[in-house]
Amino acid sequence: MATKSLARQRAMGQTFIYGVLALLALYYLTPLWVMITTSLKPLDEIYGGSFIGLPQTVTFEAWSKAWSGACIGTECTGLKPYFINSILMVVPAVLLSTGLGALNGYVLTKWRFRGANLVFGMMLFGCFLPYQAVILPMAQVLGKLGLSGTIPGLILVHTLYGICFTSLFFRNYFITIPDELTKAAQIDGAGFFRIFFSIMLPAALPIIVVSCIWQFTQVWNDFLFGVSFTSGSDSPITVALNNIVNVTTGRKQYNVDMASAMIAAIPTLLVYVTAGRYFVRGLTAGAVKG
Amino acid sequence: MATLDINRVRKSYGSMEVLKEVNISIEDGEFLVLLGPSGCGKSTLLNIIAGLEDITGGDVLIGNRVVNDLPPKDRDIAMVFQSYALYPTMTVRQNIEFGMKIRGISAEERAKATKAAAEMLQMTGLLDRKPSQLSGGQRQRVAMGRAIVRHPELFLFDEPLSNLDAKLRVDMRTEIKRLHQRLGATIVYVTHDQIEAMTLATKVAVMKDGIVQHFGTPQEVYDRPANTYVARFVGSPAMNILRGRLVASDGPVTVAFETSDGEALVSGVPLSPESAARFRDREVLVGIRPEHFTMDTAGAVPLTVDMVEPTGPDTLVVFSAGGADVVARLDPLAISVGTKARFGVKAEKIVLFDPETETRLD
Ligand SMILES: Nc1ncnc2c1ncn2[C@@H]1O[C@H](COP(=O)(O)OP(=O)(O)OP(=O)(O)O)[C@@H](O)[C@H]1O
Ligand SMILES: [Mg+2]
Repeated sequence: MATKSLARQRAMGQTFIYGVLALLALYYLTPLWVMITTSLKPLDEIYGGSFIGLPQTVTFEAWSKAWSGACIGTECTGLKPYFINSILMVVPAVLLSTGLGALNGYVLTKWRFRGANLVFGMMLFGCFLPYQAVILPMAQVLGKLGLSGTIPGLILVHTLYGICFTSLFFRNYFITIPDELTKAAQIDGAGFFRIFFSIMLPAALPIIVVSCIWQFTQVWNDFLFGVSFTSGSDSPITVALNNIVNVTTGRKQYNVDMASAMIAAIPTLLVYVTAGRYFVRGLTAGAVKG
Repeated sequence: MATLDINRVRKSYGSMEVLKEVNISIEDGEFLVLLGPSGCGKSTLLNIIAGLEDITGGDVLIGNRVVNDLPPKDRDIAMVFQSYALYPTMTVRQNIEFGMKIRGISAEERAKATKAAAEMLQMTGLLDRKPSQLSGGQRQRVAMGRAIVRHPELFLFDEPLSNLDAKLRVDMRTEIKRLHQRLGATIVYVTHDQIEAMTLATKVAVMKDGIVQHFGTPQEVYDRPANTYVARFVGSPAMNILRGRLVASDGPVTVAFETSDGEALVSGVPLSPESAARFRDREVLVGIRPEHFTMDTAGAVPLTVDMVEPTGPDTLVVFSAGGADVVARLDPLAISVGTKARFGVKAEKIVLFDPETETRLD
């Protein structure tokens, strides 16, 4: 009898936990639901009926308009060119910041020099610098370099800002890799870069993925740097999205707004869905390896 | 193969002196064991020989060539690390071939060398596995294989067996000894296990606090330890060191020490006439190995048995002398606690130490 009631208690406990989880999931998914359904409704249906319900007629018109027809200021090009801008910005920024972070982490752990800890401390400090604090000096630097208002300028900004984080990731990962490994490689005759490319990087796959996901989301979703350092046709997608949603004349086109927001969010979603497994694994890798 | 000379080598980290004037010389083909407790500077010395650490003072010579400023890869050495340090993302084959690849050896030659090493170490079936798929003993073999294919002048081993279980450790010990005989290589081997040192070495350097306490053959170190530290560190159970006195006499050298049951007088202890004169009628430390006691009803040492520990091949008998426990290792015998008995001592094996400096008296 005792075991029976225990089993029942456990079953009840589980039901409760799953119930709460389901509720929370619902809560988080509701906005997504609203976004998707709204983006598939014709404008009249939105103004005529409820926000939450299923669309009565499904149409992809809003999506195609958001992609290639919506007006941003006076240009009616849709999000497409800005989406491409963002891709052109995010790919080099992610690769550069991850690569440099890996190199930093490698030097900070395996080729320790006098003052290495101080340098690392200063890099950590960079992680806590608010965006707003660097905007003005950064604008001046970009101006001096002749990169004001350009995509390469944005790449530079994001790479610099990202290095603090990626260096931290790689430093904390590489410190769990025994120094004897680099010593063995030195005796085998490998030099600085040979050890980096043949031994450290292959062993760092999980943290490379973490760094790429982190940087991708940061750079792709960034609005402040984008709006501060670019304008017009050089803007990244977040800035364009803001312009579409804010600047409309006449009836507010909720379906186009929702579709635009979805388009802007899809790349980060995709990255998480495909590489999310590695993200969790990479974040816990140091702990398990010991 | 090569000789190795370590001349007045010093190493400091900041203000901390880790090695203080280390002097060691070995011949071609010798097996040098660096023996000492944790933190005494063994790994540091090995890393200096390898070129992985800068030298603060002194010279390292491999094959009569000063190598102080040569990078590790140009010293013609191979090293096996305590953690094995196998490259985790490479297969066993790639691990073994990595160094050869860097040195630009052709694929054909590499495959041949790898095959030979794999056969020698009986790991042909493991070549395509990753290190994570190997047991501790197998990883150890791979690390050795990686060293062997290099055909170095000098092998360096840093506690290669300390991560293995007791049984495997004994097996691999034999394996390493065989390897040494087969390759005829010069080897420097770090351990804190005195049994490993005794079984493997042709020369032992016992270290403590960055100083070589005794450098010599294992037998010398065991029979005539340079000081009481070495005497206690080498041998298990350790050498008994008793407070005693050099008896004034003009005949053979005689020492006296107290046991719980009276005074023991042992004569015929080896000692130079100078030392005998210097310590005449003075206190000395008397070092007696457990196995140098004998069962002898007319022996010199009166005692009461405090404890009996049969080990199988022999029996350890513990008694008290001058307030300290003394261990005697005797052939298996039936003796019970509390028995009053007399043991003999092989006087010619006794070692005497200066009670102040604790160094051995000649
Ligand atoms: N990079 C370093 N900076 C400062 N001190 C160090 C450094 N490396 C080693 N030491 C110190 O030097 C001393 C000797 O270290 P070493 O690693 O040579 O000891 P060991 O004899 O190999 O010990 P173990 O048996 O534990 O491996 C230790 O006191 C250690 O703390
Ligand atoms: Mg060590």
